[in-house]
Amino acid sequence: MIARSGPDGGGVEGAGRGVLGWIERRPLAALLLALAVVLLLWLVLADWPDEVERWLGRKRVFVSALFNGITLGGLYFLVATGFTLIFGLMRNVNLAHGSLYLFGGYLGYTTVQATGLWLPAFVVAFVLVAIAGLLLQTLVFRHMEGEELRQTLVTIGLSIVFADLMLWVWGGDFYQIPTPEWLAGPVELPIVLDVRPNGEPIYLRYPRVRLVIFAASVVIGVLLWLAINRTRVGMLIRAGVDDREMLAASGVPIQLLFALVFAFGAGLAGMAGVVGGTFQSISPGEDTRFLLASLVVVIVGGLGSIPGAALGALLIGLAEQFGSVYLPTYAIVFSFLVMVLVLAFRPQGLLAMR
Amino acid sequence: MKRIFLGATALASLALAAAAEAADKIRIGVTATLEGTYTVLGEDGMRGFEVALRKWNRKAGGKDLEIVVASTDATPDSAVRAVRKLVEQDKVDLVISPLSGSEGIAVRDYAHTQPQMTFVNAASGAQETTFVNPAPNFFRFNMDGAQWQAGLGEYIYKNKGYRRIATVGEDYSFVYTQVFGLVLEFCGLGGQVVDRKWVPLGTKDFASIIAALPDNVDAIYLGLGGADAVNFLNQYAQAGGNAKIVGGSIMVDQTVLSSKGRAKELLLGAVAASGQADTWEDPRWQAFVEAYREAFPPDKRFASPSLLATNYYNSASAVFTALDRINGDLSDGHKKYREALQNLVLDAPNGKIRLDHNRQAIGTNFVTEVVQDKDGNLVSKVVKVVENVNQTLGFPEDVFRKIGPPSRTNPECKKY
Repeated sequence: MIARSGPDGGGVEGAGRGVLGWIERRPLAALLLALAVVLLLWLVLADWPDEVERWLGRKRVFVSALFNGITLGGLYFLVATGFTLIFGLMRNVNLAHGSLYLFGGYLGYTTVQATGLWLPAFVVAFVLVAIAGLLLQTLVFRHMEGEELRQTLVTIGLSIVFADLMLWVWGGDFYQIPTPEWLAGPVELPIVLDVRPNGEPIYLRYPRVRLVIFAASVVIGVLLWLAINRTRVGMLIRAGVDDREMLAASGVPIQLLFALVFAFGAGLAGMAGVVGGTFQSISPGEDTRFLLASLVVVIVGGLGSIPGAALGALLIGLAEQFGSVYLPTYAIVFSFLVMVLVLAFRPQGLLAMR
Repeated sequence: MKRIFLGATALASLALAAAAEAADKIRIGVTATLEGTYTVLGEDGMRGFEVALRKWNRKAGGKDLEIVVASTDATPDSAVRAVRKLVEQDKVDLVISPLSGSEGIAVRDYAHTQPQMTFVNAASGAQETTFVNPAPNFFRFNMDGAQWQAGLGEYIYKNKGYRRIATVGEDYSFVYTQVFGLVLEFCGLGGQVVDRKWVPLGTKDFASIIAALPDNVDAIYLGLGGADAVNFLNQYAQAGGNAKIVGGSIMVDQTVLSSKGRAKELLLGAVAASGQADTWEDPRWQAFVEAYREAFPPDKRFASPSLLATNYYNSASAVFTALDRINGDLSDGHKKYREALQNLVLDAPNGKIRLDHNRQAIGTNFVTEVVQDKDGNLVSKVVKVVENVNQTLGFPEDVFRKIGPPSRTNPECKKY
């Protein structure tokens, strides 16, 4: 069962072999990738010569866009990972995923308003949205297993109903979840942007909350990867991805597994809502925006693959932020451009295994 | 045969009854941005409209007023959709629309195709709407974005001593018009606008724009509104920004100053200009503020009406007053009604308003600074009043036309 690697990147050894094998197979691409990484590191760490500044503008702008793209990618990853997990295991295209994100954001806001505490908002959003996901799975998806078109249409319909219900409860206003005191303001990073005439270096000042949220999403991503590749439940999930019928036949309570994964994926989207509400804002319309972002991310990364979701989220985040700085007029087009390129040259997604 | 005849009679009498009923009623269609980035603006606009309705007791020209509201999201196509529904499906008699700049241009174009209908602008402020190819059936009782900046450039140059500024604005016609007004005045005195940044309406993540703001300027001009303004301020605070702020007319406005959270505190001390000032002593303004506060419970309104509430109130007042003057008689294809609108001098809460030959308002403008009032609310305190601001901002019309329409780059930063 484990011999075939799942779309999540396979086992640990599998992944290691994969990377080495990939380098052996495509030495040129590997070399280019390595060069790009070195160039990027140099751009971030070095003192820019005038020539570079003429091409890319001030270093601060470039480095900030880079950081912003990466941290925005963290948020996209949190939303998209639930989507891709649910798809990978159950082949359920849940187009109400954006509604779960928005619902989580509103719950987080309400919790923070009621208690004044930020961290409990994550717990509340995770638990309640997970329950909503559980209901969605047991009441809707279970009755139309394998009928993808029906699922798609039903979830589009549900997302419209949810949007109206949330408009009814929370109104058309936009909400911002206040950043807690200990996360407010900027932090100085040991990256030199410029040197003042008196030789004193100017360091990059970056919003603390974005760094913390990015770190958290990395931790979640790594834990998820470990959970899927190293635990028994993860093994069952991978087996389910490969061959559902065979797994069910071997006595595993597969419906329970489905319900759990669905709830977990939904809960992640809910938590992402709190994150989004903290460093951006939540309002009607954010549901479709994040559904679209998740779709683009998983199409770029490869449906059902968690490392793919991470890579896709990173690329889309960077495309958006660099676009908004260097070509603001066409910023909106950029993320779709990435998607179009991927669809043209690698339609199965960058990190899809099949 | 007999049955058909009977049916026809019944239908005819029904139609007659409907016509008779329609004659005692005037249906007015209103649009507001009740979705998207400008939701709070639309909501407060409708509050201003409601205050006017109450003042007229839902009657004008001796007839009952029936109101049909349609929602938009600040995009031109949403506005055309909404207005088309009101005119062609709901069959309203009069239209008050729209709220936002680019919506205004689209509704003006639609007005050209509906010569039998009369449109009164609700709050939109793009210059082009009434200055380029104006529609004979489109009236605007609020000033445009450039008029709303009158006095600002001079005040920050002379009183604040700013010489170099950069601007950040939403990428559409109203903000182009606002920056147009600011640049003409500020650069005309010798000030420098070193950079103009434009962000799409509804931008959520401003972090990279914030990082790209120049350091070597005296102040940053912010032409953002609604959710964009709050998002920007929030992220600007997170990034530790501390530049002096000059604000556009919907940036320093109760729609932003009343928002939740701490980010708005960055606006304390900001200089701005608008068609109103929250603390103006004038009795007409004070009476309007009082009426606004009485009409809604404190948690369902702002501490003081926003520019949108004032504009909707004024537009509705203009419509109702004109209807009163002609006794609600629209049977002559709106001829008398349009004359009444054209000749109206509106004694508005924010100063007297009259129309020019393009049916565009000439009115009073206010330069303000943001202060905290005794209840802890942020309000705009008037520091200078500029009267009789016309659409060409005091320039002769031929000179003004040569400057060209407001855009991302027009006007250039020089003396015209």
